[in-house]
Amino acid sequence: MRAPLPPASAPTPPAAPARSAPGHLPALPLRRDDPLDPPPELALIRQETPISRMTFPDGEEGWLLTRHEDVRAILADGRFSADRITASSPVRRINFRPEERPGLMLTMDPPEHTRLRRLLTPYFTTRRMQALAPRVERIVAEHLDALRAAGPPADLVPAFTLPIPSLVICELLGVPYADRARFHAWSAASLSLTAPEAEVLAARDALKSYMRELVDAKRRDPDDALLGTLIRADNDLTDAELGGIGRLLLIAGHETTANMLALGTLTFLTHPDQLAAFRGAPDAADRAVEELLRYLTIIQFGTTRLALEDVEVHGRRVRRGETVVLSLPAANRDPAHFDRPDELDVTRPPSQHVSFGHGIHQCLGQQLARVEMRIAFTGLFDGLPGLRLAVPADEVPMRDDMAIYGVHRLPVAWEE
Amino acid sequence: MRVVADHDLCLGAGQCVLHAPEVFDQSDEDGTVVLLTETPPGEQVEKVRVAVRMCPNAVLSLEEEKEEDAPVVGSSSSSG
Repeated sequence: MRAPLPPASAPTPPAAPARSAPGHLPALPLRRDDPLDPPPELALIRQETPISRMTFPDGEEGWLLTRHEDVRAILADGRFSADRITASSPVRRINFRPEERPGLMLTMDPPEHTRLRRLLTPYFTTRRMQALAPRVERIVAEHLDALRAAGPPADLVPAFTLPIPSLVICELLGVPYADRARFHAWSAASLSLTAPEAEVLAARDALKSYMRELVDAKRRDPDDALLGTLIRADNDLTDAELGGIGRLLLIAGHETTANMLALGTLTFLTHPDQLAAFRGAPDAADRAVEELLRYLTIIQFGTTRLALEDVEVHGRRVRRGETVVLSLPAANRDPAHFDRPDELDVTRPPSQHVSFGHGIHQCLGQQLARVEMRIAFTGLFDGLPGLRLAVPADEVPMRDDMAIYGVHRLPVAWEE
Repeated sequence: MRVVADHDLCLGAGQCVLHAPEVFDQSDEDGTVVLLTETPPGEQVEKVRVAVRMCPNAVLSLEEEKEEDAPVVGSSSSSG
């Protein structure tokens, strides 16, 4: 499913992405040919040039990087800031207002990032997350029981892929799962690229108020979950920071894994040979999870960094204050780094994919995500024999309109 | 072969423990890397190389020792 590439010595000027109007710089390519592949124009750009000038929806001009080596290098380069207050975004992003910022360490640079990250990291270590496996297995089993009790067909998004990571992160944080209808709606609005701006801001404000009230309640009566533990621990976190940490971890903790589970399931169901390879070997699940992370790259528009000083990149001068887009999907399909990059191969050895980012902001919850995906995929295909799509694959509604890619619904059936 | 960790750089992503759990652990205090051994046995060397490669912040490095019973320098590891 590779985009045909032009001959290396194309006589025409360097390929310009389709939507560029005369006199205007191109924007980030968004149109996919295949729902499981990145926009093919990205492959063209990656081949043609290491760094491209591009324009943002806010009218600003900046840069696009698509090659694996460059994306990793800039994500690990302290001259580029994770700022989300003033940086531009390749798709609509309503940047954080200053009052939203406390606790949101993904927008921070050292040393303030380091302070928060080191306070939180002990609660997300590899061994701690792996120790949650028995609890995740029970949660997965309960949802499979409910699916079997109701019988096919079913939409796996509300019945399996969303509730499992949502319940896990609620228990970890100490957020009442009973409130999920509200925060799922706020979270969905926050990640929408098409909802009216007022609706997005209202959802963010509602989640902010909700989390502050929860922090107040934990101050009065701290429990043993993460927010209560942080309140009891000897640290200097403010209530605003605790609220920000709660919002960040709640959204990041369920939206990402939920979409990987749903999109990964669709991928297995449309690649039966890969499903067979995944199910064929007892230790295949870990590699399969990594390959799905690489192949699907649900952070579909990549991430951005803001230059803190003028930096020379491949002979071009990135000026202080300019935004750089790092295309994670393009980097994860870079033939200079991956053999057969556009081929899904769940037996691939551990790879340096950038789906969790790279550098100091690499995903705090990645080890939890791995545990959840391994158990949920294994449980799903063991627990629902003959699992199949209940609609043609091209009728599954894709999340082109959301900051995090995936499917809106996943109608399936199985053998009772 | 000796493993070296630059503790100040570590942000506790946990990749090293994922790939070489016999050699690496994470501190209960701040989640940063703890070396369980500085000189991993031969059967761990390949896993340690993967861990070094996967570290997101270049925390880990390897110092090859001259007199080793098996030449490990330049062992072919696919960087796929």
